[in-house]
Amino acid sequence: MSVARKKYATPVSKPAREIDEHIVEILSDSGEGAQKCGQSFGAISARLGYGIWTVEIIPAEIQPPARSVDGASGNRIRLANRRITNGGDKADLAVAFNEQVLLGRLRANELKPESIILLEDKWRHSDDPAIAESYVAVHADLLERGFAVHEVPMETECLKIVSDPRKGKNMFVLGLLSSIYSLDVEAAHDQIRFIFGKKGELVIAANQKLLDAGYQWAEDNLDIKFKIQATPPVEPNIVVNGNTALALGVMASGMEVCAMYPITPATSASHYLSDVFEKVGGVVHQAEDEIAAAAFAVGSSYAGKCAVTITSGPGYSLKQEVLGLAVMAEIPLVVIDVQRGGPSTGQPTKPEQGDLLTACFGSHGDAPKVVMAASDIEDCFYSVITARRIAEAFNTVVVLLSDSNLATAQQPFPRPEFCEEWLAPPIDQSPVDEDYLPYDWNARTGQRRRVIPGQPNGMHTLTGLAHDRRSGVAYNLQTNKEGIRYRSLKLAALQKTIKAPTVLGDDEGEMLVIGWGSTRGSIEEAVQRVRADGHRVSSMHIKILQPLASGIREIMQRFDKVLVVENNWADSMDDELIDEDNRRYSNLGWILRARCLVDIDCWGEVGEQPIKPGTVERVIRERLG
Amino acid sequence: MTVRATEFLRRAGAPQHSLEDYAGCLPRWCTGCGDNAILAAVQKVCREEQLPPEKIVFVSGIGCSSRFPHYMGSYGFHGLHGRALPIAEGIKMRRPDLHVFVNTGDGDCCSIGAAHWVHATRYNMNMTVMMHDNNIYGLTKNQASPTSPRGTRSNTTPRGSLLEAFDPLQATLGFSNLSFVAQVPDWIPDLLFQVIHEAHKHRGFSFIRILQRCPEFQANRWEPCMQDPSSVLILTHENGVQLSPVLARAYKNHQEHDPADLVEARRIVGTSEQLPVGIIYRNPNVPCYEDMRKPDRLYTPEDVKNGLNAELDKFTIWPRD
Ligand SMILES: Cc1ncc(C[n+]2csc(CCOP(=O)(O)OP(=O)(O)O)c2C)c(N)n1
Ligand code: SF4
Ligand SMILES: [Mg+2]
Repeated sequence: MSVARKKYATPVSKPAREIDEHIVEILSDSGEGAQKCGQSFGAISARLGYGIWTVEIIPAEIQPPARSVDGASGNRIRLANRRITNGGDKADLAVAFNEQVLLGRLRANELKPESIILLEDKWRHSDDPAIAESYVAVHADLLERGFAVHEVPMETECLKIVSDPRKGKNMFVLGLLSSIYSLDVEAAHDQIRFIFGKKGELVIAANQKLLDAGYQWAEDNLDIKFKIQATPPVEPNIVVNGNTALALGVMASGMEVCAMYPITPATSASHYLSDVFEKVGGVVHQAEDEIAAAAFAVGSSYAGKCAVTITSGPGYSLKQEVLGLAVMAEIPLVVIDVQRGGPSTGQPTKPEQGDLLTACFGSHGDAPKVVMAASDIEDCFYSVITARRIAEAFNTVVVLLSDSNLATAQQPFPRPEFCEEWLAPPIDQSPVDEDYLPYDWNARTGQRRRVIPGQPNGMHTLTGLAHDRRSGVAYNLQTNKEGIRYRSLKLAALQKTIKAPTVLGDDEGEMLVIGWGSTRGSIEEAVQRVRADGHRVSSMHIKILQPLASGIREIMQRFDKVLVVENNWADSMDDELIDEDNRRYSNLGWILRARCLVDIDCWGEVGEQPIKPGTVERVIRERLG
Repeated sequence: MTVRATEFLRRAGAPQHSLEDYAGCLPRWCTGCGDNAILAAVQKVCREEQLPPEKIVFVSGIGCSSRFPHYMGSYGFHGLHGRALPIAEGIKMRRPDLHVFVNTGDGDCCSIGAAHWVHATRYNMNMTVMMHDNNIYGLTKNQASPTSPRGTRSNTTPRGSLLEAFDPLQATLGFSNLSFVAQVPDWIPDLLFQVIHEAHKHRGFSFIRILQRCPEFQANRWEPCMQDPSSVLILTHENGVQLSPVLARAYKNHQEHDPADLVEARRIVGTSEQLPVGIIYRNPNVPCYEDMRKPDRLYTPEDVKNGLNAELDKFTIWPRD
């Protein structure tokens, strides 16, 4: 670890303005490397001890037309002098490889007024008069609107070093940003070595040169320099996105089979897992469809250790019948749903938490299953381990919800220390008693011992039909009722072990804001902001959504108002047609109202971007009245 | 005749499994249902091979035929309509020690589960698949299936079905990575036993289309074939099905067919006036998916720890010294 353990000095060239945090966006056409630039910028910042949260800006198409308003590809990096839990509000600085991708972000209202804009100037000299004209007009308009626009001859400068500037501009920009945020150039050089390590010294050197050129250009030509106080980490941290964290969690959980079918935004978890799972004895099976993937996972679980299937909304829908089977036959199974905008093909790359009700109540008939959600990147890792353990302890289906917000966001978290208890024990192949009953339900908890093929005397036929304790087809109603009751009791048994969620802020007050999943960071930041103004607002984040812990009602009752905030649809009472009788609540809103008989309010948003803390803050202030 | 290993063990007094060891619940199929004959043949194959019941898993979909696992004394998994194959694949993936059999109906396999059938053939996992083809949906009470001959009257085709019957043999002979295809009727017990036995011994995805009688809804479907042995063409081979003298007398139409010959297999299936019976195609050299994907060694918790840590290293930011 000689590279990583190096000490980095803070460069002092010209006076820097001390700030607490900044949000930076790097925007390009897709394929120009803005994402790599953004991720590197984030990684360097994390290494130096800044709090960071990075968000990918992804166009819907693989190759949208060049210079298109909807085609922005890139990264948003929020860096701060403290731990950061979300992508923040509007950006302070944007680097754009052309003026069109920038326009897209401006229209989406993602930039602060007067923010700093670094704009590639090559379009001013374009041979195509229409392009040059557009550039000049946008540039003038930006100045008019008060943005601090700086034209940067990115291509011209890069051409001094490489022949194809499309491949090099991003490292030049990394240099610009290193200068602007007073980052250590050595750390940036190390990062380049890390990314391009496999490509050989020549490539590394060329990219380092590009970086230096960017750095120098900014030093010589820009009068912008910031300094954010870093807190160098004292413990090892890892920086990954949510999907990689999920995949690492699968490895750490001791599961051995992952069956999947590609679907955005879940796929990258399986990509990474496909690359590394075999190193710990696992296997990723790309099935012919999601139904087959779920069925394959169920078959694997039945004959061995608990398996996992990873998908997103539309694929999750296809798995419903199989999930019913797993519930009925009591086969452990972990299902990961990295949610996206729905319904139908919806918005594949956009965040939404719209699958909660489906997760809790999907399939058919009475199909009780456990539902939990990851709330940040670290939680993606540990949730898989927990999900596997619950699935195996209760022989049940555990649905783990993530979403496209977490899928691509990066945030450092303490490096996990492997613990053998995370792993499933080896499968039992010992003989069972002659009088063994495959569904020997515990009268109190509904639990049973799972017997695995290969165990002598354990032979029985597992079935999706209603069955009795011998796993024989239940031809009478009473037997069916017994099975339903025990499968339901298992959730109650699990529920008794779940602790009530903690409250952030005071235990009582004017308003309690409740959330689940990836909105945690934004909600908590919003609550802290209004608390700073003296409002008695607290928040609570629910991790296990089914079964719900005891005590939630009591917590809610201590507040004047309860507001559920979610990244899914809720009818607005401001709509003319909407009233208390027809209002459709947000997903968790429905559940909590039904479960707790408390008249709670809800607010939901489905949009292009993760919910911002500023948006939650605004809603809280409005509802406080 | 050489003495088979199992026979040798039996004679040597090794623990022996009898037919009863392979019997489960009492079958509830209709009287005269061909599934009964298939069950009897399968149990005989298990006994012949002396398969330990705890090492056998019968996987099925939904349908009359898919009740099969309940009637075996082994492990069984009565799954979902159409999904027996992916469930069986999941079972086999990490459990090469288990003998996996699949029972599926014509609706189960050729209709709702058709995509899985194509891909299961491609994966070529070591399992024996019996498609009980009664040309009808039995369990749901008489609806046309893809394999129903044109003109079949059923509850969903009261004036006769309009479409030409789907031919599972022609279809499967077109799938990639094919390794074993056979056809056999349920009413010739000797051949039924031989074909299932050969299928079980074949290492790979062994697909058998079993022509199955459904007296309830397709009462006379196979009657002509049963009455007239000349409507059947039996494919024999020294490494395949062999005709006993009795059968050879009854079934005059028989020919040598080398199961390795795919072109001839396609020709027979595509042009024969008679019903081909026997092993149509077999290629023992197609690699099995579970072999290709098996772990290179045993992984201990220590290995998992090391593997995980090696990955974490890639993403770790170490503190300054
Ligand atoms: C998803 C689903 N759709 C429909 C059914 C109803 N269903 C059960 S068996 C069956 C057809 C059975 O026909 P086949 O597969 O030929 O089996 P057979 O009963 O003839 O042996 C149908 C449609 C079901 N169980 N599940
Ligand atoms: S309906 Fe047909 S297939 Fe079903 S059990 Fe009766 S005879 Fe057999
Ligand atoms: Mg049928």
